[in-house]
Amino acid sequence: MSAAGLPRGASSGWSRHVLLGSVLLVTAIVIGAPVLAVFVQALSQGLGYALASLAHPDTRAAILLSVTVALVVVPINTLFGIAAAWSIAKFRFPGRKLLLAIVELPFSVSPIVAGISYLFVYGGQGLFGPFLEAHDLKIMFALPGIILATTFVTAPFVARELLPLMQLQGNSDEEVAATLGANGWQTFFRVTLPNIRWGLLYGVVLCNARVLGEFGAVSIVSGNIRGETNTLPLHVELLYHDYNAAGAFAAAAVLTVVALVTLLVKTLLERVSGQAGARRGH
Amino acid sequence: MSAADLSAATVEAVPRAKPNTGMKRSRVVPGFRLSLGVTLLYAALIICLPLATLILVGARLGPAEYWAVVSSPRAIASYKLTLGAAALATVFNAVYGFGLAWVLVRYDFPGRRLLDAIVDLPFALPTAVAGIALTAIFASNGWFGAPLSVLGIKVAYTPIGIALAMAFTSLPFVVRTLQPVLEELDGEIEEAARTLGAGNVTVFFRVVLPILVPALLAGVSLAFARSLGEFGAVIFIAGNQPYQTEITALLAFIRIEEYDYPAAAAIATVMLGTAFVLLVVTNALQAYARRHELTP
Repeated sequence: MSAAGLPRGASSGWSRHVLLGSVLLVTAIVIGAPVLAVFVQALSQGLGYALASLAHPDTRAAILLSVTVALVVVPINTLFGIAAAWSIAKFRFPGRKLLLAIVELPFSVSPIVAGISYLFVYGGQGLFGPFLEAHDLKIMFALPGIILATTFVTAPFVARELLPLMQLQGNSDEEVAATLGANGWQTFFRVTLPNIRWGLLYGVVLCNARVLGEFGAVSIVSGNIRGETNTLPLHVELLYHDYNAAGAFAAAAVLTVVALVTLLVKTLLERVSGQAGARRGH
Repeated sequence: MSAADLSAATVEAVPRAKPNTGMKRSRVVPGFRLSLGVTLLYAALIICLPLATLILVGARLGPAEYWAVVSSPRAIASYKLTLGAAALATVFNAVYGFGLAWVLVRYDFPGRRLLDAIVDLPFALPTAVAGIALTAIFASNGWFGAPLSVLGIKVAYTPIGIALAMAFTSLPFVVRTLQPVLEELDGEIEEAARTLGAGNVTVFFRVVLPILVPALLAGVSLAFARSLGEFGAVIFIAGNQPYQTEITALLAFIRIEEYDYPAAAAIATVMLGTAFVLLVVTNALQAYARRHELTP
């Protein structure tokens, strides 16, 4: 499982060091430096300024809005991810591959295209525009629009973590449970869920990070009303264009901490599931 | 409807060609109707309805008006920039991502797990944060921008900066597609080739690379698709000058801000069409990769 057990015959020596060195160098420049820069820039006016900037009512409103969106979208996409992975991994049916392609479609569609599409469905001149107006329902440039567009963009994240896991594990455990008389929910909660829990947890955590960070689609559907429909990433942009770089980076630092915690959780989960796998003699 | 009937009929007609493929299983494992129902409902309402609406709005424009928008000089300039920068980003990621995947799977070194986790950072970090951070370090007064500008190289507010932002956000797609295939390639084939007298270079180009090419291409085409649609990371570093550093996604965004909805719809359908084409290509490559998978 780890690289330690691999035969690596002739790939020793200088070529190995050169390759490893270049990969580490490029990673430091392309990925390491930007993350470091976020914190350095956030503290460029001092810690006090950064904290005051985060405590500003507009920033607090943006954080609250982003958290609200996450609290709605993450559970929806978790349930969808489980349902999609379950149906696609455990069964064979006509159109299965097409369904898989549709589930993964939001990965390939630009967030801007997603935002524009939602505008044409729920906007004033959109498909449901007259109906929504007649019933005094506001979806675009309000919380529901932000939630819908974010749901679209982050739809595949949980499913994508679960699908390979469920496919790898096959159906035998579930078949045994069913044969022994377990009903559907018992089978899911007692047999399947323990098998997929680490992958599921990472999918949820990653989905959460993406929801909090979604920018393109939300910038189309939010209307950018300061203190009202400004999510945290939109607020970062607003501060940045207000020439308040330190404030923008302070808000960005909050999102970066979320990203780093996400990666930490992933690493811990891999360690735990790796040990579980080893115990099962894998 | 007829397509579904046809494939169902094919399954019925050749029950023995694919033994044990699930029509039987579906009766043992519970939850087929519920999970498929939820998935279909969600896919229809959240994913298909908006995209179908966009296509409908685009189709209502009429060919002349549609063509005028999508072939305007400003739009054409944005396609060239977006495609060029995405291509540059993808080539960079093909090389760097390959090296990264190789090092992660084949080498054992302190910090390997950390590096493996870092690969997912572009997934977890908001694109706007990546955008302002890359701009800060590659602007002419930034950590890397300052020494580069002494050499006469400008990154921020140029197409190179756009490509850099695209490369950042699409890197995990290449690495994560290659990694599992590399892991399956456990060295036996390479040893066999060496036993038969092949040198390192021969083993790599004649044995290892051909096995990895389908996965590499699949990852690369996914990364390319992602780069074409990238918005958040790019707009901060791009400069956003029409005809010069304005990507297609930004042009669509500007048309929305100007309430020019027909033009925004037309440009968005071009982007969606490109995404569809790339998706078909990626799926074909992945199917090819599966067919040529190593059998353990």
